[in-house]
Amino acid sequence: MATRPRPLSPHLQVYRPMYTMVLSITHRATGFGLALGLALLAWWLLALASGPAAYARVYGLLGSPLGFILLAGFVLAFWYHFCNGLRHLNWDLGRGLEKASARRSGAVVVAATLALSAATLVAMLHFGARS
Amino acid sequence: MSLKTPLGRVLGLGAAGGGSHHWWLQRVSAVALVPLGAWFVVALVTLPELGYGTVHGWLAQPAHGLAMALLVLVAAYHSSLGVTVIIEDYVPQPAKKLTALLLAQFLHAAVGASALFAVLKVAFGSAA
Repeated sequence: MATRPRPLSPHLQVYRPMYTMVLSITHRATGFGLALGLALLAWWLLALASGPAAYARVYGLLGSPLGFILLAGFVLAFWYHFCNGLRHLNWDLGRGLEKASARRSGAVVVAATLALSAATLVAMLHFGARS
Repeated sequence: MSLKTPLGRVLGLGAAGGGSHHWWLQRVSAVALVPLGAWFVVALVTLPELGYGTVHGWLAQPAHGLAMALLVLVAAYHSSLGVTVIIEDYVPQPAKKLTALLLAQFLHAAVGASALFAVLKVAFGSAA
């Protein structure tokens, strides 16, 4: 018997992007990005365990301008997922679920992400001056 | 009126046979990652520099090695839970879904084990 393809629920492309929805999908996207960041962390740790030569290779790549851009992306993703994760945990306690409150906490998350990322990146740039 | 049997109500499982367990473990690991993640970023940016000797000496200290081991294990676990949901949501074809799920689990195990092994090697290895 031929089975008709089952109907699927409407997906991203049929909705007009909205503020809270964009924040939600960003949480998932940054989470996936951080999965790749974890692989990078493992690679860095393995290089550290392998010795100075292996570490210098990874350090050289991550210390390059392209490496800095990559790390800046991971820093942004980390702080966004961190802050929005706290927002999720608060929701899990049954708090802040009303529309106005959810929109407000979303703005707080975006502001906190930018502030924490900027502070982290400034501290990272200072390595050049310190070393 | 509920049509659930008393046993079904006690077990609390829907038609899927499960659900809250994955959700709960995702939260437990998320809570653990709040201090671990913050520690990692703060520790990294407050080191005087990131050369081999400095970082190796820092990670070789027991407290730092332990925190890093916890971080990579919990992060790999949390990540595998999250990526599993993404695959379940976006890969509808059963064969592709199974392949992707297996691959994601294996890769997470590999990444977690590699990172843990590296931390232990730095912790227990002779000072280089």
